[in-house]
Amino acid sequence: MAAIDDLTEGRGSEPLGEMAAESPAMPEVVFDVEELSVYYGEFQAIQDASLKVHENEITAFIGPSGCGKTTLLRCFNRMNDLIETARVTGSLRYHGVDLYDSKVDAVEVRRRIGMVFQKPNPFPKSIRANVAYGPRVAGLAKKGPVMDDIVENSLRKAALWDEVKDRLDDNALGLSGGQQQRLCIARAIATDPDVLLMDEPCSALDPIATTRIEELMHGLKDDYSIVVVTHNMQQAARVSDRTAFFSVDVNPDSDNRTGILVEYDSTQQIFSNPSDERTENYVTGRFG
Amino acid sequence: METPDSVRGSLSLAALAGSPRRVRKERLISRVMFCAALVSVVVSALIIYALFSEAWIFMRDVDWSSTWGELGWFPRRGIYDMPTLLVASLWTTLIAMIVAAPLGMGAAIYLSEYARPTHRAILKPILEILAGIPSVVLGFFALLWLAPNVVAHIGGEGGRGSMLTAGIGVGILTVPLVASISEDAMAAVPKSLREASAGLGARNAVTTVRVVLPAAVSGLVASLIVAVSRALGETMVVFMAGGAADAAIRTYSPYDGSLTMPSAMASLASGTDQVVGEGLTFQSLFFVGLVLFLLTLGLNLVGDRFVNRVREQY
Ligand SMILES: Nc1ncnc2c1ncn2[C@@H]1O[C@H](COP(=O)(O)OP(=O)(O)O)[C@@H](O)[C@H]1O
Ligand SMILES: [Mg+2]
Repeated sequence: MAAIDDLTEGRGSEPLGEMAAESPAMPEVVFDVEELSVYYGEFQAIQDASLKVHENEITAFIGPSGCGKTTLLRCFNRMNDLIETARVTGSLRYHGVDLYDSKVDAVEVRRRIGMVFQKPNPFPKSIRANVAYGPRVAGLAKKGPVMDDIVENSLRKAALWDEVKDRLDDNALGLSGGQQQRLCIARAIATDPDVLLMDEPCSALDPIATTRIEELMHGLKDDYSIVVVTHNMQQAARVSDRTAFFSVDVNPDSDNRTGILVEYDSTQQIFSNPSDERTENYVTGRFG
Repeated sequence: METPDSVRGSLSLAALAGSPRRVRKERLISRVMFCAALVSVVVSALIIYALFSEAWIFMRDVDWSSTWGELGWFPRRGIYDMPTLLVASLWTTLIAMIVAAPLGMGAAIYLSEYARPTHRAILKPILEILAGIPSVVLGFFALLWLAPNVVAHIGGEGGRGSMLTAGIGVGILTVPLVASISEDAMAAVPKSLREASAGLGARNAVTTVRVVLPAAVSGLVASLIVAVSRALGETMVVFMAGGAADAAIRTYSPYDGSLTMPSAMASLASGTDQVVGEGLTFQSLFFVGLVLFLLTLGLNLVGDRFVNRVREQY
């Protein structure tokens, strides 16, 4: 379990003891989101989302484009900090620790919570350097046998090792799109995170590459908790254990479009017996 | 289905010919523009012709031993020691880069990777103002402020110009150039790479050093090449603050005054007695100009190639 000490740098002596003690109450919860809202300046992108993400499960976020799935996902590793105008309210606990506590260092958070982006974004460096980047930056290992092991293991877990083991020093941009995305997964795994956040990881890939990534996600579930955003409902149905359906609430007066979490349940429930009409319309393709 | 045919049938050539007045106007405009373009090509060709023809006379007639291994640059006495000018050009350019590279790149890194929009809105115009300062003004500034307040504290003399003073002045002049080309190069690095790095737990400084700078490296090199070329050609600052007029004794110390290639040319061309002296004094001006021209041309070509490489990378 991550105590807040682990997430703050150089301030280890001031633990928020109570919070750390509370967390065993629900050990399997990785993220506990309560009434989370995110604003870009005045614009509210998502309103009062509440849900719990569980350990070693795949949680899928589905919903129409613009309903705030990416925005919410990027709260989980404080990636929204990079956006000048973004502001977060509500509470987001990671193993019981408030991620938006002022003592929490976003850099420490991101070392534990890896992210895979919509478009494969390998560095224009060698395959090896891509995978080694995170561990090197975190000071886990330098060049040498330890790093070689990390690189190999990460690439194996990402099901890419056999394809690239003979050309580790080639530029990563020479790989196909699907290989690049698996490299990005390997790169995220290399820092030994606890959670993987994936934002439409297959949207730029062909069906065969998509299938490979989906198989990969199944395998990764044993070691990681995964949150995946997808606009592909079949994908959510195939890979996830739980599904959150988001939608857009249009304010008739101001014409403001705010994302809302409509329903969150086991994937089976969402797809076979949703309790909200909007969810049903969406998953049966009647969404207008 | 008759319609398409009938439409085609009724369509006369006149309908597609367009208004004759407009067509004529369009042709006229295009001719005027062509002439404007032609003039600039012709002028460039004339400049190069003048440069080469006079330089050629110098190269044909000069006693080459007077261009190497002499006491210094005394063009009015027929002594054209090129190493004097080359050493001075090298020193001022080197010193200028020692000033401009860290300041320019630092400003670029700050603007591109750190500055909040409000700070950027202040700093960018300041850099643009600096870029627009006439070099005469900077020459005065170098001589009257840099010499006593900076150069005097790092081993030089405050009361007169020197290559060091001129070099620092030229460096200040090229800071905006380095900053703007470097910033463009860094701005061309996709945001997705910065996000990838941040997502792996890298701090801003690490992302800058390990991802942004390597990805922008050809643009950074280009900014330096362009700045070197600018510094080599800078005339007024060196002429005013370089600590030598008309002639210079060969020296290897940046604390001394000397003449660079362009400042030697300026002083030759601005003497009270016009350019009169030994037979080839006038032509030596063009010879120096030719050397300078070829050097900067070469540098600019290399710089352009680097800049283009940045554009092609992603
Ligand atoms: N950086 C940003 N600045 C301002 N508005 C943004 C920004 N990013 C996203 N938005 C807006 O927030 C809303 C939700 O976007 P996003 O989270 O990307 O939706 P989704 O991933 O579900 O398609 C959209 O209306 C989008 O235009
Ligand atoms: Mg999205």
